[in-house]
Amino acid sequence: MSVTSWNRLPRVEHDRVIDWSNRHAELPDGEDKLLAHGLGRSYGDVCLNEGGTLLRTRAMDHYIAFDRATGRLRAEAGVSLKDILDLVLPQGWFLPVTPGTRYVTLGGAIANDVHGKNHHVMGNFGHHVTRLELLRSDGQRVECTPEQNTDWLEATIGGLGLTGLITWAEIQLVPVANPFMVVENIRFRNLDGFWAQDAAVDAEYPYTVSWVDCVASGRQRGRGIFMVGRHAPPQADLPGHTERAPTFPFDPPFSLINSLSLNAFNVAYYHRPLPKGIALQHHVPFFYPLDGVREWNRVYGRRGFYQYQCVLPPETSRAGIDALLERISGSGTGSFLAVLKMFGDIPSRGMLSFPTAGATLALDFPNLGDRTHKLFAELDAVVRDCGGRLYPAKDARMPAEMFRLSCPRWEEFTAFIDPRFSSSFWRRVTE
Amino acid sequence: MQRIVIFGATSAIAAACARRWNALGANLFLVGRDTPRLETLAEDLRVRGGGSKVAVASADLADTSGHDALFDAAEAALGGIDVVLIAHGTLPDQAACEASLDTAMEAIQVNALSYVSLLTLAANRLEAKGDGVICAISSVAGDRGRKSNYVYGAAKGMVSLFLGGLRNRLADKGVAVVTIKPGFVDTPMTASFDKGGLLWASADTVAKGIVSAVKRRADVVYLPGFWWLIMFIIRHIPERIFKRLSL
Repeated sequence: MSVTSWNRLPRVEHDRVIDWSNRHAELPDGEDKLLAHGLGRSYGDVCLNEGGTLLRTRAMDHYIAFDRATGRLRAEAGVSLKDILDLVLPQGWFLPVTPGTRYVTLGGAIANDVHGKNHHVMGNFGHHVTRLELLRSDGQRVECTPEQNTDWLEATIGGLGLTGLITWAEIQLVPVANPFMVVENIRFRNLDGFWAQDAAVDAEYPYTVSWVDCVASGRQRGRGIFMVGRHAPPQADLPGHTERAPTFPFDPPFSLINSLSLNAFNVAYYHRPLPKGIALQHHVPFFYPLDGVREWNRVYGRRGFYQYQCVLPPETSRAGIDALLERISGSGTGSFLAVLKMFGDIPSRGMLSFPTAGATLALDFPNLGDRTHKLFAELDAVVRDCGGRLYPAKDARMPAEMFRLSCPRWEEFTAFIDPRFSSSFWRRVTE
Repeated sequence: MQRIVIFGATSAIAAACARRWNALGANLFLVGRDTPRLETLAEDLRVRGGGSKVAVASADLADTSGHDALFDAAEAALGGIDVVLIAHGTLPDQAACEASLDTAMEAIQVNALSYVSLLTLAANRLEAKGDGVICAISSVAGDRGRKSNYVYGAAKGMVSLFLGGLRNRLADKGVAVVTIKPGFVDTPMTASFDKGGLLWASADTVAKGIVSAVKRRADVVYLPGFWWLIMFIIRHIPERIFKRLSL
């Protein structure tokens, strides 16, 4: 059966796709390779297993325990981050770390050790996992905590689902007073402006991220909008908020993102009127702008698209990001949402986790075949020269060499892979 | 406060109903076959509801001899019964049913005869009380016999007819009888189907329709609603033509 990831690339066939709803059950017998698949929001093949079996975990979505007083939540791995917010936010709690969409499962968030706008203060999602259960194909259930079976925890966080099936996990939430954010938007005219802003606001706001105009070139290269926020303090009156999420209505035969629409959008978005000073904003548009249009991935057409996300260490960030943007803006391809952020220096817990100190840049590219791959090769060269890394969860094409640079502990990690588990990604970069 | 008994509570549709009723503050008595899964669901509801009562009992509902005791247990746990949802079932393999009479009879036992037993007991209890709703999940498959699944279809057809009679019997006794006829629902029961296309609905979509139908004390409800039109057409194709079709 055909199951795709969010970027709809690559297209592969699976032997079996099983809806896995019972966390007490043993893994299916057989010789075929297994892989858990949550909501399929990764941009590539870490969630695909060509010719093998996918265990779709979305139906394994039960809460196990929630302590309202301490904010400790235990839930099955198929629960989505949206489910969690729906339960805990009305009770004064929030996710400690959240990626740019709520439509990922708890298991997927752990297996990819996802990060958010608050990396510089809170680290990755995996830093807030207090306990999890790993079901191995030999029937063993390994309970991992930061004190017990620590090596298994470090292999499983960011472990791309290869260490076995995560059946449930416990996370520590953070308290909030309401669903709103205090936000500020600051325009910067070029990359130098970004670095100046980053140095200035970092300490004040736990959430920072920048949108970058990936089309602008010359002296305007790297211009964009710096968006910062913190959870709003208690207040008697809050603005109303109704969530509306229309669905992108059709599959265009070709990408609607082309040099024309890209230019127009980026210019308009950069010049859009920004609220003056500090404003109150609901957390959904702040954290999850793309959740506002369901199935927005169809905009790139049937051929799908790629996402490219890298991190460059602090000492090479400035020159490196400039070099990347120079190549991207010169290529005439790119995305509406190019995102630039400084990671903090909190070391990742997972052996394969992506975040490391430095600047991370992420953007989408329509699949234009060779032309796109040529650009990626150029970007890879910059990342390699800067001593940077690529993010497996956002990858459908990195060469094995880039993988080894991106996950330097991969050989140590192989000892923890369950012999029955594998993925298209893993075979692609290691075989 | 509503007191609701759910038979087959761990099925995807019933579990979604339980979550919706739980969110409305109902007290629930859940009956299912698999104890760990039942406990998992009850735990989930307690976390979500944080207060309303959730009790469980495990039973193999194909064995009708235990049914009466389950109603006693439910009444004891909840202090009475307002709504009964019967939602257990299997989707038997048609070819296997043709090859083995035992398999066919087993499918009829689980999907039809156990419903007759539970419905009779529920009807007598609620009739005595003079109030309540009995809701059972039948299927669009019960609207017409087709070669692709007539054993399952016949069982569900029996359930639909039985519910019709019961509704007639209880119409002026204060008890509503609701027949639910889901179309294609994306659940573990239908795992072997390729679920592309517009005809497939999620378990939660169907659950939403069930909760609403119980509240409205509806009679016969197709879920999603467009199945009414599809089945209207299918029911009206002359048998002379229908027998040659592959539907």
